[in-house]
Amino acid sequence: MSDTRASLLAVHALTLRVGARTLVESLTQGFAAGEIWCVAGANGAGKTTLIGALAGLREPSAGRVEVEGIALAHWPPVRLARRRALMPQDQRDAFGASVLDTVLLNRYPHLSGWGWEGDADRAAAHAALATLGLEAFAARDVLSLSGGERQRVALAAALCQGAPLLLLDEPLAHLDLHHQIACLEALSRWVRSEARTVLFSCHDLNLARRFATHALLLDGRGGFHAGPVREVLTPERASAAFGHPLVLIREGAHEALVPALVPPPGSTSSIPHSPGPNGAR
Amino acid sequence: MRSMSRDESHAASPLHALPRRSMSARRACTIWGGLAVAALVVFAASLATGSVSVTPAQALAALMPAHGAPDIATEIVRTLRLPRALAGFACGALLALGGALLQVLLRNPLAEPYVLGVSGGAAAFALVAMIAGVAWWGVQASACAGALVSILLVLGLARRELWRGEPQDSSPRLLLTGAVTAAGWGALITLLLTLAPDTRLRGMLFWLTGDLNGASAPWPALAALGVVLACIVPAAPMLNVLLRGDAAAQSLGVPVLRLRVGIYLAASLAAAAAVTTGGTIGFVGLVVPHMLRLAFGNDQRMLVPAAALAGGVAVMGADLVARTVAAPAQLPVGVVTALAGVPVFLWMLLARRAR
Repeated sequence: MSDTRASLLAVHALTLRVGARTLVESLTQGFAAGEIWCVAGANGAGKTTLIGALAGLREPSAGRVEVEGIALAHWPPVRLARRRALMPQDQRDAFGASVLDTVLLNRYPHLSGWGWEGDADRAAAHAALATLGLEAFAARDVLSLSGGERQRVALAAALCQGAPLLLLDEPLAHLDLHHQIACLEALSRWVRSEARTVLFSCHDLNLARRFATHALLLDGRGGFHAGPVREVLTPERASAAFGHPLVLIREGAHEALVPALVPPPGSTSSIPHSPGPNGAR
Repeated sequence: MRSMSRDESHAASPLHALPRRSMSARRACTIWGGLAVAALVVFAASLATGSVSVTPAQALAALMPAHGAPDIATEIVRTLRLPRALAGFACGALLALGGALLQVLLRNPLAEPYVLGVSGGAAAFALVAMIAGVAWWGVQASACAGALVSILLVLGLARRELWRGEPQDSSPRLLLTGAVTAAGWGALITLLLTLAPDTRLRGMLFWLTGDLNGASAPWPALAALGVVLACIVPAAPMLNVLLRGDAAAQSLGVPVLRLRVGIYLAASLAAAAAVTTGGTIGFVGLVVPHMLRLAFGNDQRMLVPAAALAGGVAVMGADLVARTVAAPAQLPVGVVTALAGVPVFLWMLLARRAR
């Protein structure tokens, strides 16, 4: 358990329940500057619920969430928005607007006076678009974008907010492999350049193992594993969390968690639970 | 509406290149200035035009404090044309504001000020008053009461949608609650029309179409316009953020629940004041905000004041046409707004898509 006092984000005895289900039971964890956390788990395991609670959109059933050592309830909402940004899952736009204007909306916590953006806000928006290679899209209508492009605009908007703590709900959904890696590389650089923390939910365990420093694996029944990514996203733990046997294969410096070949029903051979160090080929 | 065009093209098509620049305070002021000039021109024309023609100079002089007994032109301008022009402006401004606000609240381009049933409640109560044969002010008071009943009814039924402290999108259920309430009022209105004596039917139909004939007291509507603008203009940056969704807005520090209730009440008050003054003038609340969006973009900081000005110009101008085009007969203003608004709006929409 890391020291929760020096962290940008920390949770103490956090418990999340939805209806009769307990998704997270008594989680105490710090999320420190320089760390990239992947939240993994099966569908419905509570990733979005957890991110919503960390962002302050949902009251935890028990325990508390602190940003920079101050409980969420004590943060004035606009000041909190300058310190932590949220990219929600699946945003839909009802009206057309340019990509630049859409990204500029996330400067809301920085607006003053009559509520019009200044040059600094515009510069932040252009910088965020440049970080994700979206400069050429600035004048495009968001309604004309593909799902993946929209997702990158949403990520640029979150970056534009200028908060050192970034909570991203499925930022890689709809992205092709090239852009998934480009986004994760951009986030890695972003985290290293200042005292910043990223926490994102993701279904691609291999990208998580490669780009995240830490992982939080939810089993959907209240249990979890938290820690350095390679200690958490192991074949054993991931197999248990996802309900499907996974094996780790290695080739040179490359590693990949892949679904094990499950024998057809009626076959007598057993499912490999703990593959050897070289895995099953 | 716009989503239909999504299928037409992919990434590099110029169809979706937005020609406009980002909105700035200076550009918004230019737009407001242009609309204000248009409002003054239409206002002067409304005072000067009619069965007794008055020069604009005379009309202007009539507004000044007079020395001695006022002449006939002054009397006509002061007691007939001035209240009617102001009432038209206030109604149009309130309807366009109400439409713009509900389109944001429901995140739905098809929303208009009547979609949540405010006008239905007002109309049903007004028709009952007309059947009972009460005086004009009684009909207005009854319409106002009906609008308030409908506002509170929807608020009561949909309170969990407005107040729910969770990041889910709560718009569809509020829209459905309002739409079903409006449908209920619609059935009641048809029933009242069926039961009404023939002698009263014509007046009732005029009221339902929207009619400024006899609008003699514009001040309540103007006061409502002032209140709604004073509440909403400072919140306009928040309206922009709310369009991105409740969760995004909440995480940016916008008090989403309070804002949603505020928007609902402001839009409902606007619709109630407009309907009480001029009957159910249609089309302005839907079309004026969209025309401004097509022309200048969807920045609510620009759009909210611009909708008030443009809506006012639209109804004041339409009423000028309604009382002059078939003079001495007077058309209901709602007929003019719809007949003129439909082709203009379709032209703007299709011309933009073809560009």
